[in-house]
Amino acid sequence: MSTVLTAPPVETKTNYLNESYGIKSWLLTKDHKRIALLYLAAITFFFAVGGFFAVLIRLELITPAGDLMQPETYNKAFTMHGVMMIFFFLIPAVPAVLGNFLVPMMIGARDLAFPRINLLSWYIYMVGGVFTLYAMVAGGVDTGWTFYTPYSSTYSNTQVMATAIGIFILGFSSILTGLNFIVTIHKMRAPGLTWFRLPLFIWAHYATSVIQILGTPVVAIAIVLVGLERAFRIGIFDPKLGGDPILFQHLFWFYSHPAVYIMILPSMGVISELVTCFSRKKIFGYGFVAMSSVAIAVLGFLVWGHHMFVSGQSVYAGMVFSILSYLVAIPSAIKVFNWTATLYRGSISYQTPLLYALGFIGLFTIGGLTGLFLANLAVDVHLHDTYFVVGHFHYIMVGGAIMGYLGGLHFWWPKITGRLYPEGWARLSALVLFVGFNLTFFPQFILGYLGMPRRYHAYPEEFQVLNVMSSAGASILAVGYIIPMIYLIWSMRYGKPAPANPWGATGLEWQIPSPPPSYNFEKTPVVTEEPYVYSHEEAQVV
Amino acid sequence: MSEHTAVAAVEHPAVLQHQFDDLEQQMDASTLGMWVFLLTEIMFFGGLFAAYTVYRAAYPEGFAAGSLRLDLMLGGLNTVVLIASSLTMALAVRAAQLGKRQDLVAFLSATLGLGLVFLVVKVFEYHHKYVERLIPGPNFFFDGPHAAQAHMMFCFYFAMTGMHALHMVVGVGLLTYFIAKARSGRYTAQYYWPVEVMGLYWHFVDIVWIFLFPLLYLIGHRGVH
Ligand SMILES: [Cu+2]
Repeated sequence: MSTVLTAPPVETKTNYLNESYGIKSWLLTKDHKRIALLYLAAITFFFAVGGFFAVLIRLELITPAGDLMQPETYNKAFTMHGVMMIFFFLIPAVPAVLGNFLVPMMIGARDLAFPRINLLSWYIYMVGGVFTLYAMVAGGVDTGWTFYTPYSSTYSNTQVMATAIGIFILGFSSILTGLNFIVTIHKMRAPGLTWFRLPLFIWAHYATSVIQILGTPVVAIAIVLVGLERAFRIGIFDPKLGGDPILFQHLFWFYSHPAVYIMILPSMGVISELVTCFSRKKIFGYGFVAMSSVAIAVLGFLVWGHHMFVSGQSVYAGMVFSILSYLVAIPSAIKVFNWTATLYRGSISYQTPLLYALGFIGLFTIGGLTGLFLANLAVDVHLHDTYFVVGHFHYIMVGGAIMGYLGGLHFWWPKITGRLYPEGWARLSALVLFVGFNLTFFPQFILGYLGMPRRYHAYPEEFQVLNVMSSAGASILAVGYIIPMIYLIWSMRYGKPAPANPWGATGLEWQIPSPPPSYNFEKTPVVTEEPYVYSHEEAQVV
Repeated sequence: MSEHTAVAAVEHPAVLQHQFDDLEQQMDASTLGMWVFLLTEIMFFGGLFAAYTVYRAAYPEGFAAGSLRLDLMLGGLNTVVLIASSLTMALAVRAAQLGKRQDLVAFLSATLGLGLVFLVVKVFEYHHKYVERLIPGPNFFFDGPHAAQAHMMFCFYFAMTGMHALHMVVGVGLLTYFIAKARSGRYTAQYYWPVEVMGLYWHFVDIVWIFLFPLLYLIGHRGVH
């Protein structure tokens, strides 16, 4: 399980990339690895679209006056930024790209259980994307990504319907991916690969999949009801007709809080792999890290009311949701402590993936701790709907989820493409990202604490310095995203050929050639030991 | 493991998919896949049921008054029809297990017929509601003290039975596909389980109705008046 690159890189053999050519061989593929690449292309596109709107927002906020955009335009900009980034990038990013590519390989299977459904999920994703892009060019939507009623169902005159249809459709791609992973992990593990020998990446994806299949249908029905209400003016959420707008918030957050864990849990799985590999040490407390993923998935379903402390929810419900929200900190902290303990006295090599992992640990810790402020009933009254919230969830989603995604993408890039990326550039851009990220979002904590509300295109003059810092950070952040995009694409053609196991990592995916053959394993592997049997002696990494 | 695969592939060249080692694994995966999908469906309908519960608790009189305007006869008839279709579906699975092709086609067709009866009855019911101006929206008209609340009740009546009917339509489509495949001899005693997996879906849709019927048709205190 732990042979290190003595063998020369395997070339000229057929692999999943050169087995067949042509656009049709990609668009009709049932190979999980190719579908992962289809997803990679798609989510990168939507990330760029979401990023474009972020640029607009940060440009507007450089000056206190609302001089760049009309307020309505600004509302559309932050709505489209949220919709694109959350539904079309963060939720599918790690599962649909890295998960799709790695889940079968890590458990010694030839493919996911349902390859056709896997391809279908990509098409569903694209159809959802087309509807939402249509909504964008046909005038945009201004409700915020949260679609609160009755504004979304009765009053907004923007493209709510097209966006809602797009997101409704998109949800099924997420459900199908989760369903596929659950069945695959249950039924297709290689002989000897018991549950507690599974890589932590698999545990994280299993927990994520459970959230995807249980949470997504609830937001689907909420969207259906909003659509029906908009189409027929029937009043399910309209107080004038006896409807209850808060009910929508319940249904929406029942999904959308756990959705935060759809975004962060897979990245946590990535971080577990990176930390143990680059400290050449067995992960500390394997069982705790695995079970904390499950605990986060379960607890995540019980805390949605913390978004509604000031919405007119009963005080007692608020108290219960507050306590439960605090509880989520326990499994999250277990992960952070175990990663730190794994690093302790390891032979650490600061390769790019580990830089991202360290960034993740630091930023996620800040994001998580500021979450505790918001879970506090009294403090939340002050901080609710301020930039403090914006800073908090960007620390989790950008500092956490995207750092994990990029770290994982670098770690498995040699496996995916068969090429090595330029290490120097990669380390530089990881650093640029870290600096840019903190400069962008740390000032937002202070802004929020001082009382600057979110979702306004203009603000009082005393907030300008911090806003300019944030916008300056965003431009650095943009550079940090563009550099990897360039060198990763460059490396697909010009990168050095990668050996089967460039990091000397354990795990079944490293035992097969880079890039892998279409069927992954010529012979179904038999697993005889626990994961992560690293020892200090073999700490030789390319 | 790989020899095993080769053997299985020779035995069932047509039906064993390459990612599975043998047919048993394929069957297990398909069955679990359907159960997971049904969990998703439970959550989907669960959202609706939750919303229904909120409003029924808030507006008990209006929901009762609205319920009295539903046609108990037709609703009851449809309940019987669906329970019967569950029986014929179960018999179809049995026929598939035994490899009796003609019985399989007959029972699947009977299930299909009952499903269509249900949908036709539903169309009649919807039409009556249209004639009686009980479709939610600006044209809604309800004679009685709780008109606005009854309006909400009819929102849920149409949303819930509509979603259910949509699932029935999908089920009817699936049945048509399975009947065609069964006639061409696709299913054998070894490869019977696609019928069983589809049957799970059919039973699920039936069970949803078993909950919908009392929650919509039987909350009106008919005996009391
Ligand atoms: Cu939340």
